[in-house]
Amino acid sequence: MPQPDVLLEVKGLKTHFFLDEGVVRAVDGVNLTLPRGKTVCVVGESGCGKSMTARSVLGLIEPPGKVVDGNIWWSPSVDRAPAAMTGNGAPIDLAALDRRSERLRQIRGKDIAMIFQEPMASLSPMYTVGDQLTETIRLHLPMNKREARDHGVSLLRRVGIPRPEQRMDAYPWQLSGGMCQRVMIAIALSCGPSLLIADEPTTALDVTTQARIIDLLAQLQADTGMSMMFITHDLGVVAEIADEVIVMYLGTVVEQGSVDQIFHNPKHPYTRALLASIPTMGRGARKRLPTIRGQVPPPLNRPPGCPYHPRCDLAVAGLCDTADPPTVEFSDGHRTRCVLHDPQTLREHEERMVRTAQEDT
Amino acid sequence: MTEQTTVTDDPARLDQDTLLRVENVSMDFPIRSRGLFSRTTGHVHAVNDVSLEIRSGEVLGLVGESGCGKTTLGRCIVGTNAPTGGSILYRKDTGDVVDLAAMSKKDRSAYQSEIRVVFQDPFTSLNPRMTILQIVGDPLKNFASLGRSEIEDRVAHMLQRVGLSPTHMHRYPHAFSGGERQRVNIARALVAEPRLVIADEAVSALDVSVRAQILNLLRDLQDEFNLTYLFISHDLSVVENICDRVAVMYLGKIVEIAETDDLYSAPRHPYTEALLAAVPKADPRLRGTGRRVRLSDEFPDPSNPPSGCFFHTRCSYADDDRCAHERPLLRTVAGVQQAACHYADELDLAGVGTEAGQVEP
Repeated sequence: MPQPDVLLEVKGLKTHFFLDEGVVRAVDGVNLTLPRGKTVCVVGESGCGKSMTARSVLGLIEPPGKVVDGNIWWSPSVDRAPAAMTGNGAPIDLAALDRRSERLRQIRGKDIAMIFQEPMASLSPMYTVGDQLTETIRLHLPMNKREARDHGVSLLRRVGIPRPEQRMDAYPWQLSGGMCQRVMIAIALSCGPSLLIADEPTTALDVTTQARIIDLLAQLQADTGMSMMFITHDLGVVAEIADEVIVMYLGTVVEQGSVDQIFHNPKHPYTRALLASIPTMGRGARKRLPTIRGQVPPPLNRPPGCPYHPRCDLAVAGLCDTADPPTVEFSDGHRTRCVLHDPQTLREHEERMVRTAQEDT
Repeated sequence: MTEQTTVTDDPARLDQDTLLRVENVSMDFPIRSRGLFSRTTGHVHAVNDVSLEIRSGEVLGLVGESGCGKTTLGRCIVGTNAPTGGSILYRKDTGDVVDLAAMSKKDRSAYQSEIRVVFQDPFTSLNPRMTILQIVGDPLKNFASLGRSEIEDRVAHMLQRVGLSPTHMHRYPHAFSGGERQRVNIARALVAEPRLVIADEAVSALDVSVRAQILNLLRDLQDEFNLTYLFISHDLSVVENICDRVAVMYLGKIVEIAETDDLYSAPRHPYTEALLAAVPKADPRLRGTGRRVRLSDEFPDPSNPPSGCFFHTRCSYADDDRCAHERPLLRTVAGVQQAACHYADELDLAGVGTEAGQVEP
């Protein structure tokens, strides 16, 4: 059972894609917790399963993909959850719900909202901003057309769109990328969600626009007290907005901790390497960057044991390449999935190595 | 060769260490009305009277928001766009100076192997129906003297240099990851031994760990082949890492150009300051420090640019008098930097080094 201050707890989530060539284990045993009222950033390179984790939460996995195992415990605060729906506000397992079920539909878009990477592509060019905004509002809230439109105008104003009354009748292609993303955010916020999932919301935008969208999201999060799951590959954005950080690699969470722990005391070799390989402004021109050798393995051909061991400089032969790494939790809540922080397993491995060496002689 | 038809300019027009000089180059695209009798109703001034020089052996960065004309300027230099005005002076390895903009297409083709491009998107810039050998060997076909086996040798050598195995040269692009495809792209650009390489957002589509590898590779190849780069990017932290000098573009004009360290530590144009301030700081302990400069999302219409200084509509320092009416020229400020701002001498602008504290390594 999740803790009371936890809004969403994902336990052992596995989302697999069944292709002709084999099974792609896009999400392979993800454990994570989203505290209430906090911003959690999920970082990782493309193909690490960060988007698929978010889509699994919302039940948006399309065939040939399928959530094959695990639980997604959703515990909305008692005052928000209609008793008839949740049974006295007890946590619901979203993974157990059918992705087309009425229950999941009521949660998706209302309690959990999502914004996507490509604002231009996520809005339909055939309908006005107002049409798309009021559709969500009228679907989830008991409002008539007039009330929904007024609510929509106030939402557009809130996300910083100038002249919102006129913009309600504009088509998405008449707006810039930054404006479209603001419309997306307005749609996501329209029903007052408890959780906003933002999947690379600023990646397609200019730096100047990105800075303003991040300011806006941080402001809205502080005002409404909603939780935010912010998916990105940009560690600069993480440093700006996150309370907690989850680092993913090849479908598993390798580290979770507070933003300060991750940036100033990273435990997992992958997190350390990732932080070292980003160019940081102010370091001066023409500095060589440390790199991670090799590349992310192809999804159909995952290495056994710790998925990171072929690229890890600290990998222990005979241990990292055979056994799944243990999850180590430190006293300050910082968690990492690496055998190097598990002295007992390391000691046992060494003893075993000594023993086999003695037997050989 | 078609030497007699080539426009040869006075070599004294270029400094001895200048490889290429763009002089008052403009690129206008007509806007046509729809319908059977389409008429030109206006022009988009994508590049507007730009002058800039690229010195031999340097990496010149070109930054700005999307739509500022940086890619168009690059395309004018390569020859994919014929500029509507101005000249592009290029120093041949013999020391002679030619004007690429005044040449016919046929004459220009002689320089195609000397100025090459690395494109942004590794997934769309390689023909899926050609093998790596065909893709990388394609530029060599211009040299009629090279036989099949010689081309294969050259391609094999080049693939090795960019970190790919020559045994893979008969494979098709789909068999390679994003980072590997970008290496193929680089191999194709370098195989004909160019002197100037235009890298147009060459690392923007890559993951963090691969990006560091490619940046280091570009630098190694520069040393080995004595290359000059024009590095077009919107990512200011990457630009700082690789460039010797940086030019900032806004609405088709260069607004500032300086040595990288000077530009980042003491920008002289308000637009540069705003760009630098928009880059997220990759350290959570620096959150909220430094000067907060935010630009509005309202990017002016490039077919109808504002009067006076193009930037005055978004500039927080602009006055209604001089900035709104008088167009600032690019001029030398503080001895070394060039900026196009009336108040470049007086404004106290914040750079990266001038913010609180240095980032921990």
